[in-house]
Amino acid sequence: MTDPVLSVKNLSTHFFTRAGVVKAVNGVSFDLARGEIMGLVGESGSGKTVTGFSLLGLVDAPGRIVEGSVKLNGTELTTLSQRDLRKRRGSDISMIFQDPIATLNPMLTIGQQMKMAIDAHERLGTRAADARATELLTQVGIPSAAARLRAYPHEFSGGMRQRVAIAIALLHRPSVIVADEPTTALDVSIQAQILTQMRDLAAETGTAMIWISHDLAVVSSLASKLAVMYAGRIVEQGPTATLLRDPRHPYTAGLIASLPAMAKPGTPLTQIPGTTPSLLSLPLGCPFAPRCDHATNRCKDDPPMTHTAGRGYRCFHPTGQTAKAPA
Amino acid sequence: MTGFVHIDDVARIFGPNLTTGERIAAKLGGKVETRSVRAVSDVSLSVRKGETLGLVGESGCGKSTLGRVIAGILPPTSGTVTIDGTPVMENGTKITTRVQTVFQDPFASLDPRMKVGDTVSEGPIAHGLTTKANARTYVAEWFTRVGLDPVWVDRYPHQFSGGQRQRIAIARALAMQPDVLICDEPVASLDVSIQAQIINLFLELTRDLGLTTVFISHDLSVVQHVSDRVAVMYLGRIVELGPVANVFGTPAHPYTKALFGSVPKLVLDADELVKFDTIDGEVPSPLSPPSGCYYHPRCPYATEVCKAEQPQTEDLSDVRAVACHHFQRVLDSTKDVRAVPE
Repeated sequence: MTDPVLSVKNLSTHFFTRAGVVKAVNGVSFDLARGEIMGLVGESGSGKTVTGFSLLGLVDAPGRIVEGSVKLNGTELTTLSQRDLRKRRGSDISMIFQDPIATLNPMLTIGQQMKMAIDAHERLGTRAADARATELLTQVGIPSAAARLRAYPHEFSGGMRQRVAIAIALLHRPSVIVADEPTTALDVSIQAQILTQMRDLAAETGTAMIWISHDLAVVSSLASKLAVMYAGRIVEQGPTATLLRDPRHPYTAGLIASLPAMAKPGTPLTQIPGTTPSLLSLPLGCPFAPRCDHATNRCKDDPPMTHTAGRGYRCFHPTGQTAKAPA
Repeated sequence: MTGFVHIDDVARIFGPNLTTGERIAAKLGGKVETRSVRAVSDVSLSVRKGETLGLVGESGCGKSTLGRVIAGILPPTSGTVTIDGTPVMENGTKITTRVQTVFQDPFASLDPRMKVGDTVSEGPIAHGLTTKANARTYVAEWFTRVGLDPVWVDRYPHQFSGGQRQRIAIARALAMQPDVLICDEPVASLDVSIQAQIINLFLELTRDLGLTTVFISHDLSVVQHVSDRVAVMYLGRIVELGPVANVFGTPAHPYTKALFGSVPKLVLDADELVKFDTIDGEVPSPLSPPSGCYYHPRCPYATEVCKAEQPQTEDLSDVRAVACHHFQRVLDSTKDVRAVPE
């Protein structure tokens, strides 16, 4: 097996607020191979975005990475100085955010912004920079890209703006792109176009991607492996098809079962009772236990990640054990 | 007619707000920007009593505007909306309490400085459905009904989670004892596990109270789950309308078909990733819609006639209506999945 491009071990990011310590990310580990797309799924407050920010060293005070390691192509990122980290960001690892209106500078043309992103890491003449920008805009599906370099963000539609943001993230052919809900604000027809393109881009360029989303259906059509987060932890991870077909963690099973597509129209949906716990006062042991049908006394202890057959789950009472062994 | 809510030839046009000076200039023949958006054009449909009608489409298709016109929040530019024969609006003012709305964002729809109990009781007191003295018991009943603890009536919205707030918003709408409920993306801002709770509550309440509902959503799987019939909108027009099973099962309009093809589905069996049937291009600006059929620039079935003529709404044999010149070809290609449109 080749070395992973990104290896995250036991990453914990906590926020030290006046109200107490918020354990937003709590012992997250995963590996990402070249060209691989991993879906990071969870509900709001589960820590998926903070995980993404932590990888790029973008966590601001009062938050900080308290533990763990992030290795990108063998280099440890968590101990790098801000200056060295800056050199990596945009060139080795880059990020696409949810809201393209907030990402792009409204006062500069697309061409100027792309030139700035190029200049940050490379010395390229104006003509060469324009050529590179045009090439990438074309690659992400923007028609008449050369002319569009002179346009301002407000002249683009939401879907086109997100394509520009993707093109900027791709400028330096990074090894890893962290995409934080990049299609959530878009219409389904535009989302489908972008998902298809991202899939092709990952395959063509060998860029690995972490696709953060709350939507299981979106990631299931894009990612080859999945990690499900709950209350700051990855509670289950594994190959997409295996994990969806035969979930082991009751939370994953509950999420899948609660989708309207899983029930006969008009019948009540399977629902997970209760709400997500506050990260300020997590219950002792398994954080899902208060909402879980399978919970017993044993769940007052923290379940470790159990690894079997290329997948892992944090649960003492996994579901679906009787089902056929995963392929 | 079997309809309960009648929407008759409704159009809603948004024009620029002209200043007095501009208005005078326009009168005198000056050049003033007077472009307007037809958010909803010539929509006629009726909703049967006790039925849930789903309204789907992409952003900007006019589904929320139509919902607001039915709810009596926005006056239509032309056309009328009636409930059981009585109009919802007269001279631009809502004159009935029989239709109520639940909005998308429960963080914006509740007054942050008002106790939630007062938010729920304000309307019923004003319209004599309860008295100030009885308001607490009245509100408590509705709180119980939507799954909230009645002791919470003196709390403020910030003390509740998103799902609980949406329950409060539902209680507020239902406390007016409406016959018709307009739900504008009621679960779009909720987490997946909470979404299921609210959908279940919604199914239970509409059944128990016999409500007639218009359910607006961009999430096709949610609409498929809760609705009896569904209307698909594109650029202000209804392109297809019919029973959920028919419209979702064998779409007759190319847009409906493409929209369903774009929706990411949860793939359980496939070991390889699904392919999307993507729609090319984007929704055109409603400021300058295309000629003829609004969908023709993106449509794989389009021919010359689509550029020239706006298709009439045709009734199909399976109680469904579709506005497309080539619906037969679309239906045929759906039957044989391998068939590719020329």
